Amino acid sequence: MMAIRSGLKYTKTHEWVEFTDEKTAKIGLTDFAQKALGDLVFVNLPEAGNAITAGESFADVESVKAVSDVYSPVTGTIESVNEDLLDAPENINSAPYDSWFIVVGDITDKVELLDAAEYEKLCAEEA
Amino acid sequence: MGGYTPVTDNEKREMLDKIGASGVSDLFCAIPEEVKIDSLNIPEGKSELEVLCDMERLAAKNKVFASVFRGAGAYHHFIPPLVRSIVAKEEFLTAYTPYQAEISQGLLQGIFEFQTMICELTGMDVSNASVYDGATATAEAVTMCRDKKRTKIILSAALHPMTVATVQTYCGDCEIVTAPVRDGKTDLTALRRLVGEDTACVCVQQPNFYGMIEDADAIGEAVHSAGAKFIMAVNPIAAAILTPPGDCGADIAVGEGQPLGMPLSFGGPYLGFMACTDAMMRKLPGRIVGETLDRNGKRAFVLTMQAREQHIRREKASSNICSNQALCALTASVYLSCMGASGLQKTAELCVSKAHYAAEQLCSVKGFTLKHTGEFFHEFVTVCPVDANILLHQLEERDILGGYRLSEREILWCVTEMNSKEQINALVAAVKEVCLSETDF
Amino acid sequence: MKLIFEKSTQGHACSLLPDSDVGSYRLPQQLLRPSAPRLPQLAEIEIARHFTALAEQVHGVNNGFYPLGSCTMKYNPKINEEVASFPGFTKIHPLQPEESAQGCLEAMYQAQQYLCEITGMDAISLQGAAGAHGEFAGWLLIKAYHHSRGDTGRKKIIVPDSAHGTNPASAAMAGFDVVNIPSDDKGCVDLERLREIAGADTAGLMLTNPNTVGIFDSNILKITEIIHDAGGLVYYDGANLNAVAGIVRPGDMGFDVIHLNLHKTFSTPHGGGGPGAGPVGCKDILTPFLPSPVVSEENGRYFFSDSTASIGRMKSFYGHFLVILRALTYIKVLGATGIRQASEHAVLNANYLKSCLEGVYDVAYQGFCMHEFVLTLERTKKETGVSALDIAKALLDYGMHPPTMYFPLIVHEALMFEPTETESKETLDEAAKILIDIYQLARENPQALHEMPQKTPVSRPDEVAAARNPRLRFNFHA
Repeated sequence: MMAIRSGLKYTKTHEWVEFTDEKTAKIGLTDFAQKALGDLVFVNLPEAGNAITAGESFADVESVKAVSDVYSPVTGTIESVNEDLLDAPENINSAPYDSWFIVVGDITDKVELLDAAEYEKLCAEEA
Repeated sequence: MGGYTPVTDNEKREMLDKIGASGVSDLFCAIPEEVKIDSLNIPEGKSELEVLCDMERLAAKNKVFASVFRGAGAYHHFIPPLVRSIVAKEEFLTAYTPYQAEISQGLLQGIFEFQTMICELTGMDVSNASVYDGATATAEAVTMCRDKKRTKIILSAALHPMTVATVQTYCGDCEIVTAPVRDGKTDLTALRRLVGEDTACVCVQQPNFYGMIEDADAIGEAVHSAGAKFIMAVNPIAAAILTPPGDCGADIAVGEGQPLGMPLSFGGPYLGFMACTDAMMRKLPGRIVGETLDRNGKRAFVLTMQAREQHIRREKASSNICSNQALCALTASVYLSCMGASGLQKTAELCVSKAHYAAEQLCSVKGFTLKHTGEFFHEFVTVCPVDANILLHQLEERDILGGYRLSEREILWCVTEMNSKEQINALVAAVKEVCLSETDF
Repeated sequence: MKLIFEKSTQGHACSLLPDSDVGSYRLPQQLLRPSAPRLPQLAEIEIARHFTALAEQVHGVNNGFYPLGSCTMKYNPKINEEVASFPGFTKIHPLQPEESAQGCLEAMYQAQQYLCEITGMDAISLQGAAGAHGEFAGWLLIKAYHHSRGDTGRKKIIVPDSAHGTNPASAAMAGFDVVNIPSDDKGCVDLERLREIAGADTAGLMLTNPNTVGIFDSNILKITEIIHDAGGLVYYDGANLNAVAGIVRPGDMGFDVIHLNLHKTFSTPHGGGGPGAGPVGCKDILTPFLPSPVVSEENGRYFFSDSTASIGRMKSFYGHFLVILRALTYIKVLGATGIRQASEHAVLNANYLKSCLEGVYDVAYQGFCMHEFVLTLERTKKETGVSALDIAKALLDYGMHPPTMYFPLIVHEALMFEPTETESKETLDEAAKILIDIYQLARENPQALHEMPQKTPVSRPDEVAAARNPRLRFNFHA
């Protein structure tokens, strides 16, 4: 049974988004994503201060045999980066909703976001 | 016609029957008829006996000089006989890249040992499993240092010209600036003015192309004070006794490993090594071997951090390198094992002592002077009283390969443990003779 | 097995060097390293035994069947080794005067000529150190060509999604944007898609033919035409040349630039991962841009020549000379007919092995293959849980080197086999039997396969831990 947290928003590319206010959000990978990716061994993170664009890749995650892009659901500026992920990428596997990648501020745009129920439906279709 | 295909006509027939083809040409039906060729326009094959004779005839057209005093990027060193015999082992020679770890532990361990030895020589934290040569190692190191904000690359004018040319090819889209040379070494004052916030990295070679020992510590400091990265190319024999890159603050150490057991072989295959700080580890290109445990808790070695590489990252890989110089890296490991620290140190000291003896003796010939004033390792530049081409040609007539011609009157000499006192004295005597007869005019 | 550092004993050493006969010059203390590098201290016999023990845990072509798809693990003839060890070649300094190295230069020139003829190219540079290196050079050639015509807008390179990873990586290194084109259900280039994509911003297309699933794309002439019509050039990845050498030439199929893998098609040994060699050849329009220097000939004299328009150096000196010698020797032994027959046998062997496995395993693509073929374990995985990886690990227990796994990416649970022409029918029959036995096992007792290999020195090393916590050198303090 896959974990989906209510109260979060989701993207079709399996990122979760937690809005602290209209212009600020935390972003991470969902349980569905971490399961599909397998054991993660490394994360390539951006730098705080970088601009990011909705729908574009801002980071990538590596497993032993593959690398996958993480897509930004919003357009804005990166306020902070979770450097803990560099030392312990396995946390994304064990606690995906607690392993945030970045906090984005000055949000001006976003991709189509799903709520928990819609995301659950998407996951069921993709499985 | 020779070949290595062990199939008889009968077997061919059986195989074609099983496949359901009437002839071998059926299997090539997908190729458009208009482009198929009848035959290649090259000679027909010959027996091994004949080909060996052919190749011997070619080899005989080359001259092997009795004394070699030329370096300039390819060095004549002693190769312990054990090196050749180990590297000729069929298993090492004919194996593929060790992607299947379980049946490649010997190879993987060998690379792990090589990586360790390179770290020890260079004083760095991490090494990869090799790249093509010293020049491409430098180019790859420069690529590691570039980012969006820092795109200026500073190369010392005392780098080997072929290294500079290679970096220019690899990094053609970057601004490449030359740090000038003063008295045979990188001009520190000029360098301090050149490094800035836009500088990605500074590359220096130790000893440099002119054989001079650079002030690597001070260069490292200057580079870091501008927030740039310090790439130090190092001669691996010199690294046995000189302050290693790690102690000079290098972020990346690279170099040409040919002196570690590879013959001159008209330029290749040689060996590029790359080692860096822990902080830069994930940016290293190429294969890297890591230690782990297997399912039974036994120590095992594997190719690791493969997600950096082209077969996984594809267009996002920082380097396209796939095949490396594995067998040459093994050669270096065996050489370093045979030498040990004491043997390598002795080799370096012999090089230094003999080069200084040769320099002293050469400069006793009227009109010969050392071009530069600082300390040198095993190469040095002399200014000569006669045309360098004429001098070198005369030496060749006497079975001596003299130094490398830098200009009409300048020669870069190299002396190693392979040059006996007799050889050096004979060189000097020959030089004296040639200069006397030339300057008589 | 202990690491060489763990076998080190203080005071053990080899006796290799004489003492100085010219006294001793001491460099100033401040230039010297404070402590010696911790290299092993062993006697010669200990070193010999260590590396012999390592060799026993390595599997080479000399040990057994090595059907790695895309690698062409053919027999490495020993005559090549003998030639490459002649002192008349190994002792030649690359900066010797050309008159004293005419043998080396002539050997390189001959190799250039033969390889041009085999590939249908007009000129070739032997400087490439490996296939990927040659690819990078090839893209720089194409870039230089377009720029020389004032055409700086061609920023895209089209690469099939089935391509070897070096293809897009090389294109990106040369500063291009990579456009992936999907393969059709036959693993070939989708012509319609290609027509849509190819345009004024296309620098070129990168292709190998036969492709990475072992199928010859018969639309090749149309493909090269589409790209040329759009103003681009076509690059041939020579990795799969072993299927067609002597039968068809890339130059005749419309390719403008190629690289070769001498360590694949031309029998030079893989050495555990290198050194190989990746010469890059081209048609006349690109010749001025070739990496410098190349070997020229005039009146029986051989010399290096540079072109002012050259893209420059790809590395120091002239290429992997000793590797080139091996390839030249191979070409001289095989000759025109031998090269053709080698390709015919390579394709025959691949089709034969495929037909032995066809009733049991799922073949990814129907019809005749070329020199390699792909099996898919996708259905087996769904039905039994046994994956391509499990089959490969099981093969290790049977003493057979596994085929290539999980490549190309367009086939799920792929196993790619390339037997090469130097294997006998007996070897192929034996290999087929082993593979079929393993398949039986997968159906009867899948769990057994998950536990394999059992007979190798180590089993299923933890690659996740190795990547998460890299330990990349021996620690003297541990």
